[in-house]
Amino acid sequence: MEDSAALAADPTTALKRAQQGKSYWRRVWERLREDKVTLAVIGVLVMLLIMVVFAPWFTMHDPYAGSVLRRLKPVGTPGHWLGTDEVGRDLWSRMVYGGRLSLLAGVVPVFLALLIGGFLGILAGYAGGLLNSAVMRLTDVLYAFPSILLAIAITGILGAGLQNTILALTISFIPPVIRISESVTTQVRNLDFVEAARASGARRLTIMRYHILNNVLGPILVYATSLISICIILAAGLSFLGLGVTPPSAEWGLMLNNLRQGIWASPLVAALPGVMIFITSMCFNLMSDGLRQAMDVRL
Amino acid sequence: MSPLKHHVATEDRVPGLASERHPPRPKPLLAIEHLTKHFPLKGGLFGRTSAVVQAVDDVSFVVERGETLGIVGESGCGKSTTARLLMHLIKPDRGSIVFDGQTVGVPEGLSQRELHRQMQMVFQDSYASLNPRLPVAMSIAFGPFVHGLGRTAALLRAADLLNAVGLEPALFADRYPHELSGGQRQRINVARALALEPRIVILDEAVSALDKSVEAQVLNLLADLKVRFDLTYIFISHDLNVVRYISDRVMVMYLGKVVEIGPVDRVYRDPQHPYTRALLSAMPSMDPRRRTRQAPLSGDPPNPVRPPSGCRFRTRCPLAEAICEQAPPALLASDTARAVACHMHVPASGHTQAATPGAE
Repeated sequence: MEDSAALAADPTTALKRAQQGKSYWRRVWERLREDKVTLAVIGVLVMLLIMVVFAPWFTMHDPYAGSVLRRLKPVGTPGHWLGTDEVGRDLWSRMVYGGRLSLLAGVVPVFLALLIGGFLGILAGYAGGLLNSAVMRLTDVLYAFPSILLAIAITGILGAGLQNTILALTISFIPPVIRISESVTTQVRNLDFVEAARASGARRLTIMRYHILNNVLGPILVYATSLISICIILAAGLSFLGLGVTPPSAEWGLMLNNLRQGIWASPLVAALPGVMIFITSMCFNLMSDGLRQAMDVRL
Repeated sequence: MSPLKHHVATEDRVPGLASERHPPRPKPLLAIEHLTKHFPLKGGLFGRTSAVVQAVDDVSFVVERGETLGIVGESGCGKSTTARLLMHLIKPDRGSIVFDGQTVGVPEGLSQRELHRQMQMVFQDSYASLNPRLPVAMSIAFGPFVHGLGRTAALLRAADLLNAVGLEPALFADRYPHELSGGQRQRINVARALALEPRIVILDEAVSALDKSVEAQVLNLLADLKVRFDLTYIFISHDLNVVRYISDRVMVMYLGKVVEIGPVDRVYRDPQHPYTRALLSAMPSMDPRRRTRQAPLSGDPPNPVRPPSGCRFRTRCPLAEAICEQAPPALLASDTARAVACHMHVPASGHTQAATPGAE
């Protein structure tokens, strides 16, 4: 505030700052920086991502090479520090490689659903009227099925496999994204500032671009990040049921299913993929919470 | 208490606020005729229209150049709908709006876009009427920008307007709405409304949500701006004191109809419609010895879905008679400046208090 007197003479700096409008994101970033939990969680996710992408650098064993001689070794076995699974494959390697498919199946469907559902929802919310009714009633039909049942039904019809899992999860996540996008857009559309923008003679697309989108994308994005954790669990669930990724692929849900048989012999090893699913989905959840708090303009 | 006193007192008006003399009847700046808006209530499975809310029904009035027209009435009487109809934010079912001799919305008349340049509006909710994700200067500059002014030029105009509404541009231009107080936000809204250099500004409960001292400041600002930019105001409010302070003429609405219109001093001194009378007697007096002891009116306004037959006020009118049930009273000029819609003021209407032709 000390430099306010100097500023008072010349409004151009303030005008320039207003025009750039960067201060919003800077403020979000500042708030995020103070939120240690969210930062830590993002750090964990980034580490996980790096490990998964550069999996060969972090592992010493082939995740698919098994040996009958070293089945279900416990945690801490020399050479296999996380032990081995039911056909003697190195569990650490499989955990890292498994993260590839699990994250892929957890993030890609949400991303696709965000694109498709976000577009349809914003369109329906902004257009209103008949288009809104058409989109929303179709959404209701899909919404009638719980997402896990819908995903099971779709993979049941299409058959197992990574592509079909992603497709099934995308379809089952489109309705909630549409619903959130539509309700947020409808809410914003009816606020006075949109009416004021209409009163200034702006066309619909201009209003959409300057007044609707920047108020709508944030909440939709936050909601989508919260879906990632659910999606990871659902993808793992499908694999667990044998409807997702097929053996011998490494995937956390599938690994959990296979190791189930060895739970009495080596309980800790059997639980590890589940722990990974838990940690990852928890991190995405916490990140989404942190983002929502940082992006709330009123705070 | 002093700011309140200041704006309640009618004697010390801000110069220029009340233009006492009107030039000898040129064409009015805005002429509204038979403006009607009925909102259908959709119900049932296929969205059939089950009922109709008669929000604004056959409203006609004029707004003179340079005046302030106050519009008062209870909640739900159609004040705000009228404002939105004037702005063409909602399409009227019927009726015409003639701005400066040009009919709005007809091919050879004034386009909607052109209307928006000439007429702007300030909303009641200062927070909801600003985009929370835009710096306020951008909100102000948006209108000129949309109308083809370059970004930089539009922002410079925004800076000028910030100055005009008493906010230092260097300090306020890059702020966000949540960083401002209610009064400051409403100043921004006023600046935004002025950005297109309109000739009429509709103030829809623009000061109602502010606390009294800030309200007085904003009212004084509005009075200054009116002189400076040669504006005409349509001032919608439920606060009768504020309307008296700021308006030249006042229009009283009840259930989507105009019941009385006239110069504010004369209407306040001698209300002719029973509803206006009741409304004015509901104003709290500053003198405790003159406090209102009886409720001027009882009950709620009737449901606008099924308004009473004939005169819409008859269900609550202490003077209602048989004729009031049979025919709606027309808004008749009682003299050159005033008009009232009441059977008691229609000669030979059949109401016992109506003047009979030949008598007097």
